[in-house]
Amino acid sequence: MALKIVKGSIDRMFDKNLQDLVRGIRNHKEDEAKYISTCIDEIKQELKQDNIAVKANAVCKLTYLQMLGYDVSWAAFNIVEVMSSSKFTYKRIGYLAASQCFHENTDVIMLTTNQIRKDLSSPNQYDTGVALTGLSCFVTPDLARDLANDIMTLMSHTKPYIRKKAVLIMYKVFLKYPESLRPAFPRLKEKLEDPDPGVQSAAVNVICELARRNPKNYLSLAPLFFKLMTSSTNNWVLIKIIKLFGALTPLEPRLGKKLIEPLTNLIHSTSAMSLLYECVNTVIAGQYSCSVGRIKSHLLCVQKLRILIEDSDQNLKYLGLLAMSKILKTHPKSVQSHKDLILQCLDDKDESIRLRALDLLYGMVSKKNLMEIVKKLMIHVDKAEGTTYRDELLTKIIDICSQSNYQYITNFEWYISILVELTRLEGTRHGHLIASQMLDVAIRVKAIRVFAVAQMATLLDNAHLLTGNMQRNGICEVLYAAAWICGEFSEHLENPVQTLEAMLRPKVATLPGHIQAVYVQNAAKLFATILKNQEGNTDSTAAQETSQMMIDRLPLFVQSANLEVQERASCILQLVKYIQKLQQKDVEVAEEVSALFAGELNPVAPKAQKKVPVPEGLDLDAWINEPPSESESEDEQPKAIFTKEEPKHSRPRHTEVDEKELARRREARKQEQANNPFYIKASPSSQKVYQEAPGVEHIPVVQIDLSVPLKVPGLPMSDQYVKLEEERRQKERAEKKKKEKKKRKEKRSGRGKKHDSGPESEEDITPAHVVDIVTEEMPEVAQEDQNHLPSPYLCRVKICICMFCLCRPLADSEKLPVRSHRAAGAPKSPAEDGEAENATPQEPKKKSSKEKRDKKKDKERDRKVRLRCWKHLPPSGHKSDSRSTPSEGRTAARRQLRRCNLMTQCFTFLVFPFSRKVCDIQGNLQDGSQVVVSVIFENKSDSFLKSMEFNVLDSLNSKLQRPEGSGPHDGLTVPFQLPPGVSNEARFVFTVQSIVMPQKLKGTLTFIVKNEDSSTHEKLDFKLHFTCTSYLITTPCYSDAFAKLLESGDLKSSSVRLEGVNMPFHHLLARICFHHHFSVVERINSCASMYSRSIQGHHVCLLVKTTVSIDAKCDEPTLLGNVLDEIKQTFSQC
Amino acid sequence: MIKAILIFNNHGKPRLSKFYEHYNEDTEQQIIRETFHLVSKRDENVCNFLEGGMLIGGSDYKLIYRHYATLYFVFCVDSSESELGILDLIQVFVETLDKCFENVCELDLIFHVDKVHNILAEMVMGGMVLETNMNEIITQVDAQNKMEKSETFIFQSTRQDR
Repeated sequence: MALKIVKGSIDRMFDKNLQDLVRGIRNHKEDEAKYISTCIDEIKQELKQDNIAVKANAVCKLTYLQMLGYDVSWAAFNIVEVMSSSKFTYKRIGYLAASQCFHENTDVIMLTTNQIRKDLSSPNQYDTGVALTGLSCFVTPDLARDLANDIMTLMSHTKPYIRKKAVLIMYKVFLKYPESLRPAFPRLKEKLEDPDPGVQSAAVNVICELARRNPKNYLSLAPLFFKLMTSSTNNWVLIKIIKLFGALTPLEPRLGKKLIEPLTNLIHSTSAMSLLYECVNTVIAGQYSCSVGRIKSHLLCVQKLRILIEDSDQNLKYLGLLAMSKILKTHPKSVQSHKDLILQCLDDKDESIRLRALDLLYGMVSKKNLMEIVKKLMIHVDKAEGTTYRDELLTKIIDICSQSNYQYITNFEWYISILVELTRLEGTRHGHLIASQMLDVAIRVKAIRVFAVAQMATLLDNAHLLTGNMQRNGICEVLYAAAWICGEFSEHLENPVQTLEAMLRPKVATLPGHIQAVYVQNAAKLFATILKNQEGNTDSTAAQETSQMMIDRLPLFVQSANLEVQERASCILQLVKYIQKLQQKDVEVAEEVSALFAGELNPVAPKAQKKVPVPEGLDLDAWINEPPSESESEDEQPKAIFTKEEPKHSRPRHTEVDEKELARRREARKQEQANNPFYIKASPSSQKVYQEAPGVEHIPVVQIDLSVPLKVPGLPMSDQYVKLEEERRQKERAEKKKKEKKKRKEKRSGRGKKHDSGPESEEDITPAHVVDIVTEEMPEVAQEDQNHLPSPYLCRVKICICMFCLCRPLADSEKLPVRSHRAAGAPKSPAEDGEAENATPQEPKKKSSKEKRDKKKDKERDRKVRLRCWKHLPPSGHKSDSRSTPSEGRTAARRQLRRCNLMTQCFTFLVFPFSRKVCDIQGNLQDGSQVVVSVIFENKSDSFLKSMEFNVLDSLNSKLQRPEGSGPHDGLTVPFQLPPGVSNEARFVFTVQSIVMPQKLKGTLTFIVKNEDSSTHEKLDFKLHFTCTSYLITTPCYSDAFAKLLESGDLKSSSVRLEGVNMPFHHLLARICFHHHFSVVERINSCASMYSRSIQGHHVCLLVKTTVSIDAKCDEPTLLGNVLDEIKQTFSQC
Repeated sequence: MIKAILIFNNHGKPRLSKFYEHYNEDTEQQIIRETFHLVSKRDENVCNFLEGGMLIGGSDYKLIYRHYATLYFVFCVDSSESELGILDLIQVFVETLDKCFENVCELDLIFHVDKVHNILAEMVMGGMVLETNMNEIITQVDAQNKMEKSETFIFQSTRQDR
């Protein structure tokens, strides 16, 4: 009976299951969206039911809809409900749905922690399995932290099925909760030798992923992996291990040596191409430090790669080329010998393969074959369909031609014509690249200027062909170069007037602003040249005609919307008008006009700026304004944990904006402008302005179809150069032969046959015309030092997995938090602060905050950054009749230190675990305005620190004393270097004017961190706290002198009460002596008089009573106030 | 790491999508569309590797795909995975599907996407390869299905799938 009811209700509610939904969607092709929206309504109804079966069914359907792109996050809570069903069927549906649509920001994830923990410990292995699988997709830092321990337990589960899943998921846990890595690592290592191959493979997998992020930490595992590699037969595991070795060998050369034998064996023996390929890859990776013994294995690799490339399987071909490009970096020669093969691949029908082959071309070219290769590429450019591939070709052509200072170009006329040919590419976005090449060549190769100018003049003349592509915004950049070259080297122009006319056509006004600006400026240069030419003639009308043309055409530019164009045009227009006036008076102006543009512009080397010495007194590192406080960002820091630290060097990708998108944006912009009260609307009154400054999109531009190969009159085809060059070379060769024959005849030796038939060698090819490559200008001062150091950079280190040393024994605080309801299980806080944190059981919410705090502390410890500034009593001259125990002093100092750490929060996460600084500020009695700061530098890192420079940003009151002749912002060199673990002391003298106020000085310590293989510049920011106390000097005083002093009446008095101090009176006095540099004058029962003197001779007298109040007198009230404040602060910290 | 596994048909209709990194639904659809666009224009006998997906990853990522009859199986992976290894994995995946569905065809994937997910979960977990042995995968999938059947036996009798 009950069953029947259940059946009935199910029949009613199960009106649609997943299959029905899919079928329905397929049957409603026309109105799919509408159908789905009714389905979603139904699902919402189903989710309201109490029956879990109905809910599960609904969630199952939602998972499908999610795949189709529907947002189902609104059902997140229902998904959690289904996940927590006791039935495996529903649980699986729930976890699947969660894995598809949960993510870090899904708030209901918080609710799942306990459910997941329950499932993980379920007696049914598939419950556990499903939970692990689901968790792997949506694990959050919180979940990772809470569940890390449970998962660790599962790593030693009896069932291998669970073990392997648990091992694998640990990687995700590490990612989200890096602190778990150290405690979990030993067990993970154990799993490498698990009897089950699946678990073993999972462990290898995890370690490989970890090692990819920081290989160094896993070097110690190399022997274990080596053993695995020689024993395992599982190709998957082998591939992973070999890949791991590929990452390790660059760090440890000996490993590479050791690997060669087993790897070559594998290469010879394996039938699996995947394994062979990885072996080859790793051998290549190990060859950064190639010794003679490895040449054999290297040859083997290249051989094997050739076989791969020659294979008919396109996949192998692709991979072969990929590996070749890695060899190219280290052994370009051995790749060059396979040039034939690679050039062949350029013709492959597969774009992936062509792209790989293109990459290889870079190392392939020589003087001899450059033209041939480029010619081939040009054919591809013509044939290429997709713009991406064509653009890739274009950049490659320019890359290989311009590499190492145009090393391989023998004929620059050819190169210029190649560039000109490339301008005919439709829709490329590399116009600026071509333009910069044109400029570079024209400027630096003097001999080519005549030719280049002629070419550019034709380009300008045919500009309309290029501007057809205007809206694609690419190629018209070339006109920038063309105009500049024609203007700058106008003396080479054949028909300057015609070019000038071309540059002042009305159509020019449709070009982008920066190009127009160049047009205008260079029109002026041209004008100057023309005047010069024409004034030589007797006919002055020609010159006046030119001026008239300028005056007629320039107003168009004066009205330009672009400020730069407007400014230049109106400037030049006035100039020309003035010239015209002079011309009408028959004054010769050409000389003066051309003087405007006299002198040659030389290229400046990119590094030139660096070579210019920084003028004295200019500190580039000093802040102009106070830097914004960075302390807030610290909280966000852990979020970025090591996903971002990987260097991202993806190729810059431009997204092409399609027409629709443009239209949409335009519409949006108009809308915005309409709503913006500050925007001048296109009302009738402002129409004129609008016309003068038309938006680019309003200009009707006729699209010129360039699909028919264009033969622009006057433009040479680069092909002819190839032929010419060939002829020239042949001629040269013939001549050479002749000469050699002569020589041989003279010498009559029989051995010189080599040169006869063999191919000409590189050196034999002489450039067509002697090319004088203008070297770039460098500032003279720096000319001689060519070995420039890597520029100093600031390294912002984030705490991340990489920084944990896995060999170090676990500290108590690092143990994973175990959730338990017994007090004993709660994590102990680090004991160093002496703060007893009671380990009472806490509710999860409270606990998380506490854990966070703990975490922070741990992090700080790991970073080991301890830059400390503390002040304590000067060692000698201190006399006190009460004992101050050293340990007490130390704890107090530590407290002080904690405060300083807080104060300097901004730098504690800026720096490496490098150095520790302790400093002691002490006044100098001899000179009332000097304070000596001794700083103890301790190197706590494993690296060598050198070239330390100490610098403080002076304030008006306090200045760091610097040696004679150095500027006020120069740093002081610390006169020693620090090997790891060593500490040393340095003293710095400060000049202080007024000592009545405490001060904080900001400073930086720069130093070079030297490792075995690298050295980096680092910077440490710190603050020096000059308290008023530090200006006081313990001076003994006799009671009669003290009494006289008090009687003199010069002293102002003040008093303070110390609240909540309950310590023995002599301790209290000792403390004041210790921290504040006082000496006790007299002690009578319940009160004591104390005295101290400042470096500028102020007397400070105290009367301390056992009621813990202090009456004080001093001749400087401000100083006294501050000293009392400081005393109060010292005691408020007890 | 595997970043995403996509199955779609010759017309770009998604049949299964599994992202191991979170994207919102719109981006997911865009990735599927873009991937389809890239993959579908390639000839039959060219290599199975593809670079240049803009949405997923960056230069480090590759698309590795196989085309079976009406379906494309696409894995988006980074450089820590062996290219040929992943191709083999796709093969294992398809063979497993074939065993589990008895002569798998597109329709099976259309109507039983949840089952495909369950099979995939035994092979790849959180973007990492869990198991490559087909028999092991099938054993585990079968065991779970059996469990499911024993639980839902009572409901199965009232209603037939398909």
